[in-house]
Amino acid sequence: MTVQEMEARSRRFPWRIRVEERLVRPRWVNVVVPVASIVLGLITGALLIWANGVNPFVAYKAMAVGAFGSKYALGETLVKTIPLILAALGVSIAFRMQLWNIGAEGQLHMGAIAAGGVALFLPQRIPGIPPWGWIAIITAVGFIAGALWALIPGALKAYLNVNEIITTLMLNYVAILWLDYVVNVPWKDPASLGFPLTAIFPKELWLPKTPGLFFLTPRHRVHLGLVFGIVAAILLYIFVTRSKWGFEVEVIGRNQKAARYAGMTIARNILIVMAISGGLAGIAGMAEVTGIIHRLQHQISPGYGYTAIIIAWLAKLHPIAILLVAFLFGALLVAGDQLQISMGLPMAISFILQGLILFFVLGGEILSYYTVRVERR
Amino acid sequence: MDWVFITATLVAAIRAGTPLLYATIGEIFAERAGILNLGVEGMMLMGAVSGFVVGMKTGNPWMGALAAMFIGGLLSLVHAFVSITLRGDQVVSGLALTLLGSGLSALIGKPYVGVPGVRFEAVKIPLLADIPVLGPVLFNHDPLVYFSFLLFPLAGFYIYKTRPGLHLRAVGEDPATADAAGINVFRLRYLYTFIGGMLAGLGGATISLAYTPGWIEGMTAGRGWIAVGLVIFAFWDPWRAAVGSYLFGGINSLQFGLQTKGVTIPVYFLQMMPYLFTILVLIFATGERVRRRMGAPAALGIPYVRGER
Repeated sequence: MTVQEMEARSRRFPWRIRVEERLVRPRWVNVVVPVASIVLGLITGALLIWANGVNPFVAYKAMAVGAFGSKYALGETLVKTIPLILAALGVSIAFRMQLWNIGAEGQLHMGAIAAGGVALFLPQRIPGIPPWGWIAIITAVGFIAGALWALIPGALKAYLNVNEIITTLMLNYVAILWLDYVVNVPWKDPASLGFPLTAIFPKELWLPKTPGLFFLTPRHRVHLGLVFGIVAAILLYIFVTRSKWGFEVEVIGRNQKAARYAGMTIARNILIVMAISGGLAGIAGMAEVTGIIHRLQHQISPGYGYTAIIIAWLAKLHPIAILLVAFLFGALLVAGDQLQISMGLPMAISFILQGLILFFVLGGEILSYYTVRVERR
Repeated sequence: MDWVFITATLVAAIRAGTPLLYATIGEIFAERAGILNLGVEGMMLMGAVSGFVVGMKTGNPWMGALAAMFIGGLLSLVHAFVSITLRGDQVVSGLALTLLGSGLSALIGKPYVGVPGVRFEAVKIPLLADIPVLGPVLFNHDPLVYFSFLLFPLAGFYIYKTRPGLHLRAVGEDPATADAAGINVFRLRYLYTFIGGMLAGLGGATISLAYTPGWIEGMTAGRGWIAVGLVIFAFWDPWRAAVGSYLFGGINSLQFGLQTKGVTIPVYFLQMMPYLFTILVLIFATGERVRRRMGAPAALGIPYVRGER
């Protein structure tokens, strides 16, 4: 550019926008970016709602009321939050090691199927176990089923270096089809009038409600899964920040070569992490079918496993932050239901909002690497 | 030898494989340039719904196909912006795109579920179509299939034998050197991501305008993801991509073929076949990669920052 060209440019636009690389990654970005993304996502969502012929303010008010406006609403939001917490915790531990476990949805389904199998067929055969014993058994079963389902792609990655994004995803489709199979063929309830449903689980295997939630209506549906989720979050936080294993996971995630040089076994860690990741998602599925649905049916999840990925990302993989973000997304799901019921807007709006929020978060990430300064020339 | 069954299976394999072929070639272009675009499933869905709707409204399937390409390309630009300019994580960006595409397509397509629309009719090539076996398998398809027959050899020629193809490969392997040689890395990455999006959109339109005409929510059933896996199987080579896509088409059609032959495996397990097969294919391909010491474009998924080592 010649001097004349530079001067001409200064006259037209007398400020200079400087994008500079930061020396220090500021901490506030970790909070401001997710919050701003949610706000921007909601604004864009409002435009979409408006384009569908609905007043966005009315829609958002209905969403807020539907999610928080009453004790009943709060209870329902918590109900949706539970599987999100568990699945997101699972996803986050895998992501921490740069293992892209996209298979939470499938692991959730496998946990549900295994729990269903136990619930439908074991109580008759093994009498005399107290209800809390069954709860322990079924939780373990859910965890193991999810863990095994995740270990398939985990082992493939650990020993054969097969891309885990695709393998975990493919197994999602397989797991959902498997559920379809069991509810349509072997476990179909003869009394279900032809619908793809199993019989209702015996009462001993219904996950009991979380006690002590005095601020909700007495007939709330918030089951023990909430306790599982909170305990898991706390445990995970302690393990990740304060244990040797947590340290190994972080190092392997950031720099595999350095980890290997330091003597960490990569393959074994991949297996352990995938097992825990899948196990948590499996518990999510188990909790959903024993705590809420009380049977197996064709659709048990509105995409909890995929929403969990967004939650984990928004929360920057921090277990305690996941609790909050999951609550927000639980509200979003309940609000989506509300929109569908009261305004006829399709559930798909929920997914669009989630995708938008994720994009804004991604875009906002760059603020942690670069600062934008506007100054006079 | 039941030639009728074999011919029918091959024809079905080609027709079922064509959407996969479009998506796979598109993703090959994007990944060769170094951009991992996991939004293929979302772009295919958007392509399918926009192709169907535009085709129905204009009464012309060609308009539908063009609209699908445009929408697919447009969507890919979002991913390109986040990945290239904002240097966001490409895996998560692709996932977000798929989520967005799934939701948006369900929203747009809602009033059109089960509504009849236009379709591409098969065009029989005279004389050639009458050759036994090869005739119906190669010369009695709709125009989108014929176009795909041309696409993959042209793509192969372009990537390996032309100067722009060399630039494409350079950008994906070693963008710093390409940049030093005067190639505009950012512009090329945008361009090939856009091409990838267009082809993915076209792949989606192939499903809704030719293969199973109509619109159903989620009608791609994971084919976008299978395409991403096929890219690995194909070693980022369009010819192998064709082999993989038609192989997949065959597996997909095998479900229906087996059902008609009275095989008593429950249909759900037959439906699992394409997904399980993808996993098998990946295991095989990854093993082959190690043996052949070949791999992905070296800079795949890594944002290019000028001045960074």
